[in-house]
Parts: sequence; structure tokens; C-alpha cells
Amino acid sequence: MFHLILFSVFGAICVAGAVNLLLQSHPINSALSLVVVMGSLAVEFLLLGAEFVAAIQVIVYAGAVMVLFVFVIMLLNAGVEERTSGSRVAWLLGIPAVLAGMVIVCWALLTHSNAGSAAIGALRGDPAAIAQLLFHQFLLPFEVTSILVLIAIMGAVVLAARSQTVERSKREG
Amino acid sequence: MTPNLHLWLIPILPLIGAAINGLVGKRFSRHAVAAVALGFCGAAFAMALWIAAQFSSLALPHVEALTSWLNSGTFSVDYSFALDQLSLVMLLIVTGVGFLIHIYSVGYMWEEGGYYRFFSYLNLFMFFMLTLVLASNYLLMFVGWEGVGLASYLLIGFFFIRDSAAAAGKKAFIVNRIGDFGFLIALFLMIKHFGSLDFQKVFDAVKPYSPETAGVGFLTAIALLLLLGACGKSAQIPLYVWLPDAMEGPTPVSALIHAATMVTAGVYMVARSHAIFERAPSALMVVAIIGTLTAFFAATIGIAQTDIKKVLAYSTISQLGYMFLACGVAAFSAGIFHLMTHAFFKGLLFLAAGSVIHAVGGEQDMRKMGGLRKKIPWTFWTMTFATIAIAGIPPFAGFFSKDEILWRAYQASWIYWLVGLVTALLTSFYMFRLWFMTFFGEYRGEAEASHGHEEHAHDSRAGAPAPHSHGHGGIHESPAIMVVPLVILAVLSLVGGWVGVPGSLGGGNHFDKFLGPVFRSSTPALNTEHVQPGEAAPPEQTTEGTEPKTGRSTEILFTGISVGAGLLGLFLAWLLYLHSPQLPDRIASSMHGLYSTIAHKYWIDELYAWLFVKPLIAISGVVFWRGIDQGVIDAALNGSADGARELSDEVRHMQSGNLRSYAGWIAVGAAAVIAYMVWTGLRTQ
Amino acid sequence: MVPLSYYLVLSGILFACGVVGFLIKRNIITIFMSIELMLNGVNLSFVAFAARWQQLSGQVFVFFVMVVAAAEAAVGLAIIIALFRTRETLNIDQVNLLKL
Repeated sequence: MFHLILFSVFGAICVAGAVNLLLQSHPINSALSLVVVMGSLAVEFLLLGAEFVAAIQVIVYAGAVMVLFVFVIMLLNAGVEERTSGSRVAWLLGIPAVLAGMVIVCWALLTHSNAGSAAIGALRGDPAAIAQLLFHQFLLPFEVTSILVLIAIMGAVVLAARSQTVERSKREG
Repeated sequence: MTPNLHLWLIPILPLIGAAINGLVGKRFSRHAVAAVALGFCGAAFAMALWIAAQFSSLALPHVEALTSWLNSGTFSVDYSFALDQLSLVMLLIVTGVGFLIHIYSVGYMWEEGGYYRFFSYLNLFMFFMLTLVLASNYLLMFVGWEGVGLASYLLIGFFFIRDSAAAAGKKAFIVNRIGDFGFLIALFLMIKHFGSLDFQKVFDAVKPYSPETAGVGFLTAIALLLLLGACGKSAQIPLYVWLPDAMEGPTPVSALIHAATMVTAGVYMVARSHAIFERAPSALMVVAIIGTLTAFFAATIGIAQTDIKKVLAYSTISQLGYMFLACGVAAFSAGIFHLMTHAFFKGLLFLAAGSVIHAVGGEQDMRKMGGLRKKIPWTFWTMTFATIAIAGIPPFAGFFSKDEILWRAYQASWIYWLVGLVTALLTSFYMFRLWFMTFFGEYRGEAEASHGHEEHAHDSRAGAPAPHSHGHGGIHESPAIMVVPLVILAVLSLVGGWVGVPGSLGGGNHFDKFLGPVFRSSTPALNTEHVQPGEAAPPEQTTEGTEPKTGRSTEILFTGISVGAGLLGLFLAWLLYLHSPQLPDRIASSMHGLYSTIAHKYWIDELYAWLFVKPLIAISGVVFWRGIDQGVIDAALNGSADGARELSDEVRHMQSGNLRSYAGWIAVGAAAVIAYMVWTGLRTQ
Repeated sequence: MVPLSYYLVLSGILFACGVVGFLIKRNIITIFMSIELMLNGVNLSFVAFAARWQQLSGQVFVFFVMVVAAAEAAVGLAIIIALFRTRETLNIDQVNLLKL
């Protein structure tokens, strides 16, 4: 019972944040809504017993990635979205398709699923257990993702650095 | 025991000559080209003589199979040649008369361009004609049949720069094709019913059938279709229209192809297929009717023609009608006899006409000739022999053959005899008309006056390249190389008929007896051959199809009547063209309508043009060209190309560069896949 | 005891919001954020299944998803900055040179 109430409350906050992201016209508002979503997702993770993942979610995702987003928004001085003509395909075909797909999935899940229930704190994912798994079974992916991060760093630096010619033309122009 | 005569060599020799002249002859001198052509043609003739000498020791029919040709299931055709009395006669005629005409052409065509081409085509024709004559199955004969049509087209259109010559060549080929269509359908019917095209097999298969007197059976169908083919090749009604136009070709071509050999292929084919025709009496009747009608019809046109070669062309059609009449009353050997004598005198007539044209510098209109007999005596005397022969006056060759045909026709029906007799009268009339207009009276033409040349041999080498004219003026006799064949043919026109003197006049009719075994069929009731009223019937013939109705005295009476007709024609011609030359014009103007119809050949060419040619051209232009070729085929091709272009023009709009529409499409696809997976998942539950 | 399907439905709703955001938003950065939203929805469903089948691998996988998402965010934002420098706009409808 308690589990269900907690789940519903924080689930509602999630959905509200997501919908707000769609409805806001200024990107900064959307970014902040996304932070709200991530926070309530962390609570959901905790309800399922994934302590480590919840912590990581808050620290890395909401704390670093979203901060990066906010920095870029401020750097580029993104303003309110203009209303330009979009794509008819996206409006007329895409949205109905997505909604229909989602309705089908939800219906199938709610009426036919016999997946069972998950108790509160069902699987305790404490850091020791995760680390055990991470450094033994998933060692190779772990190392590969570290290289991926390295490449991402280098790529970000190269892409975002100002080239000399652009600098000079802007100074003279 | 059967000696190998190498029959296949006889057609191949002229083919080699044609290949040599055709491929490298352009670089040869005229002497070399002539030597090659004469050499190979003469070799074929020599071989034919050699075979004739051995003929009595052969077992007949003598068949030489070379190699297998077609082999399909139960149907097979070989390259094989056969020899029997009929093909020996044809072989000797084709090689002999052909060789003489080759010699004549050496002189006649000396100044023409394309000398090598002419002799190449001429030898090619000999190859095909000999294949036709020596073939032992219908398919090989058809190869020769088509081939002579091709050679005829090439030779008629020899002066292809002239539009009329090219058109005449096309007309000949196309009209022949209509006949060939009938021939082909007949071949298909034969394959269907007899399973083979070999002469022996077909004729053996036909033997058990009795004559189809009731209605039309498949034998009648085959016979009528073969007749259609023969009508095309031998210029009978309704497919005769190409022969007068074929006079556009050089005169030796007219002599060889359109008088002596190719046009007789139809008669040969009918005679060869006699077993089928004898069992289809209605088809035989059609043959006789067509022959009679054609003979009369062509003769009426011939009396009003003014071009010397056209008169001879219509005369050829008329004489071929006689041969068909003979076949139609089942007197096949009489038809072949007339074929032989006709080859002699008609070939001679054409060659002599060529000599006349050569003498007056290319003029072919008889109204502009006249009084030539003193100036070109050799031509005059040889042409006289030929004219008397064709008029059917004894003892020349034409009398015996024509008389036999008329006699056998009378035994079938008096109508055939009467029409044939009137035609004989007309024949004599227009031939002597030609003779008088050309050689007697005053010279009415434009060539310079003769400067007293008697005949002497000279090469008329220097001259303008225009056909038939040669620049050094004056009417003069042709060179010896042209005159010698004329003389030989004139002698044959005199003595050629003596092998077929009928019993009623005291002869032994050796020709008839020689060909007898060929035409004897196994059904006794059909044996109508070689019955001479003056002789006893051979013992193996129990019943006769057509017993001679009357005896020997009647035959002599009828002979006298036909001679009388010939002489009457001579008298009328003398009357109208020598004695009172103003008479023909008065007669023509008084019977203006009739004369105009005959002079315009009964408007048949115009009728065919209106009935067949114009509609066909119109249909081709509108339906086939615009409708189908442009509208359907081009449209489909271009349409598919245009359609592909338009489709891609529409599809390329998908690459709009707009990120959101890409995402939209991805979302649609993903939703579809998800739905599908949910559905299968639910189904398996 | 919350049925597992509830978690999955929530995950699906988040994912759908992400897709819809991708389709209707014009600002590049907002579109990028919708992608992150999609990834979060997926993370939730991974953890839910991990709890159901009592296997920690699900949570480890979430860890990797986050690492990749971080790297992708870094590089993607760098690209956006580079794009902004040349095109002077953040409206993706105006970034359409790759068209036929």
C-alpha cells in the first residue's frame, strides 16, 4: 500500500515534468523540468532497491549532464523558440503513430501481462554487489566505455574549439 | 550397284561460280568474269549430259542422300537429290538453255556496269533452279523455289538505280510470296497427314486413297494450296501481274528466268505432285480452268501491246496457261513437252528481241521499228523460226506440243479445246503482228540509217553505259557471241518437237513414252498417260480413265483445224500490219472502249492497287506505324522511362533535409514493429 | 506490492513523451533533451526488470547507459555549438542543406 502510494506520487511528478518539458517554449524551462524528472526517477529507482543506480542518477545525470545542458543554453543564449513551419509528416503521421503504439503496449501490459509484482526494495543493489558484477563479469564493457569517454572528450574539444580563422574574421568584421 | 553420280555437284558448280564472281569478281576483267561464269555453268551442263548418257543403266528413281538436315521426333528431312525421267528432262533444259543464255549474255551485257554482279546472280539462279529440279523432298524443293524468287528479284532490279526496275523487283518478290504462303500451308498439311516431305514417302502414302470425288477433302486442300504456289511462280491468274513488270530486267534475264526456267517451276511442281492432283479431281478442274482462262486472257492483252518485250511477256503467261491446262486434264507429259518446246522458242524469241533492241540502240517500242529484216538478217531468220514455232505450224516444235495439249483437252471437255483454239489463233496473230511490225515495212525509228553493215562479228565494247544503247550509230547485226546461241535455239525450235510426234501422224511419241513411268500411278483407273489412239493399250492397264472418244481420223481433223488457226492468225496479221496499215487504227477507234480496256490490261493492276496495295499501305501507316509502333511500343518504352522519372521525382521529396520528418517516419516504422511484436506475443500466449 | 506492469507503463509514458518532444520541438537543444528523456524511460524499465528477475545485471546495464548518455551529451552539445557558429540559428528547420 505504502509502496503503491509512493510509486504513484513520484510517478505523477515524473509525468508532469515530462509533459512540462514539451509545453515550455524556452529551453531553460525545459531543462529544469528534465531535472525534476530525473530526480523523481531516482526515487523510483530507490523504491525498486537500486541504491547505487539512484545515486549515480542524481550525481551524474542530473548533476553533470543537465548542468552541461544548462551551460550550453546560456552560452548560446538560446531564446524562445520561434514558430516556424514544421514537418507535416511529423505532426500528422508521427504523433498519432507514437500514441497508438503506446496505447497498444500499455493495453497489452495491463491486461495480459502476468509478470508478477515487485516488492518494495526488491533487489538491493548496493555498491559492493554492483562493483562485484562490474569488475568481473562486465569488465570488458567497463573498459570499453572508458575509452568511449576518452573519445568523447577529445571529440567535444575538437568540435567546440574556435578555429583561428573564425576568430580573426570576427575580430576584423 | 547404284553408281554414285554425285548429283549434288550439279547445283554446287554454279554456286561456286556465283561465289567467285560475287566476292572477288569486282576486280576481275570482263573476260575473267565471263570465263568463270561460263566455265561453271558449262561444267554443270557437261555433267548433265554425262548423266544423260548413263541414264539407261540406272535404277530409277535414283536417290542420293547426302546428309541429314532436320530431325525432330518422327519427322526428318535430308539433303537428298533424286533423278528420274522428269528431272532429267528438266535438268537438261535448265542447264542447256541456261548455258546458251549465259553465252549470249556475255555479249549482250558487255557494256553494262556491274558485269560481275550480273553473272554472279545468273549463276546463283542456276544453283537454286537446279536444287529445285533435283530435290527429292518438298522442303529442299522449297529452298530452290524461294531461291529462284530471290534471284529473280535481284536480276529484275539489276538496274536498281531506275525506280521502275526496283519497284518491279519488289512486285515480283511480293506476289511470289503470296504463292509461297500457299505452298507452305500445303507442306504443313503434308507433314500433318503423311509425316514426311520426301517425295517417295508422300506418294507412297497417298496411294491407298481413292480420288476425292465427293466434296473437298484434305487432298484437295493440299492440291489447291500447291496450285496457289504454282500460280505465283508461274504467273497464272490471279498472281500473274509481276511478269510484265519483270521486263524491266535485262533481256537475257527475261529469257532465262521468265521464259525458259523459273516460271516453269510451277508446272514442274504440279507435274511432280501428280499423285496428289490425280486424287483430287476438283483441284484438277481448277487447274485446267485457271490455265485456260489465263491463256485466253493473256493472249487478248498481248494483241494490243506496243512494247516488244511486253508482248513476249504476255505470250509467256499465255503459254504457261497451256501447260497448266495440260496438267489440269491429267496430260502431264504433254504439259512437260510444251514446257520443253516453249523453253526453246520463247527463249529464242527473247534473245532475238534483245538482239533487235541492241540493233536499234535501245528502242523497245515496235511502232518505232520496221523494215529491219535486211539489216539484221541472222536475227530476222532465227526470230522467224521461233515465231512459226509458237504459232503452232508444223513441222516446227510448237505445233506438236500445242496440238497434243489441245487434243487431250478436247477429250476432257470441248470447252477447253475451243478456248485453247481461239487462244492459238490469237497467239499466232499477235506473234506475227510483232514479226511484221518489227521486220517489215518502212523503218519508223530514230536510230541513224544503217551504213550497210552485213552481219560481222565485232565487239561492241565502246559505248555509253546506258542500258541497251551503244553510241556508235547505225542499225547493225549483233556480234557472233550473241548470234550463235540464237542459231542453236532456232535449230532446236525446228527439231525439238520431233521427239514427240504423235502416233496419229506416224511418229512414235518417244517423249510421252519416256516420261510414262513417272506419271503412271498405281491406281489403274487413273492411267491417262501415253495412250496413243493408233496403238494398242499396254497390257497392265485394265480400265482407262479417259478413253479416247474418237479415233484416229478425228485427231487428224483436229490437227488440221489448229494448223488452220495458226495460218489464219498469220493472214490477219499480214492484212492488218503489212497490207493495210491504216486498218488497225480504224478498228481501234471504232471499238474504242474494248480496245482501251485491253490496252490497259483490263485495269487489273489498278484494281489490285485499289483493292490491296492502297489499303495495306494505309493500314500500315495508320494502324501499324502510328497506332502500334508509336502508340504502343514507343509509348510503353518511353512511358516506362517517363514513369520511372516521375516516380522518382515524387519520391525524392522525402529527402527534405528536415530532421523532424525523418524522425516522424522512424516513429511510424517503430510503432508498426512494436505493434507487430505485441500482436505475435499475444497470439502465442 | 506494485505490479511490474505499472513500472513498465510509466516507462512507456516517459518514452512516448520523449518521442513526441522530438517531433514537435524546434530548438535543437530541446530535442536533445527529449532524447535524454527517452533514455531515462528506458533506464526505469531496466531496473524494474532487474527487480523482477532478481538479477543485478539490469542495474549494471543502467550504469552503462548513463555513461554512454553522458558521452553522447558531451559530443552532441559540441556539435550544436559548432553548428551554431556557422548557421547562427538553433532552429532545426533551417538546418536542411542535405536535401534533394
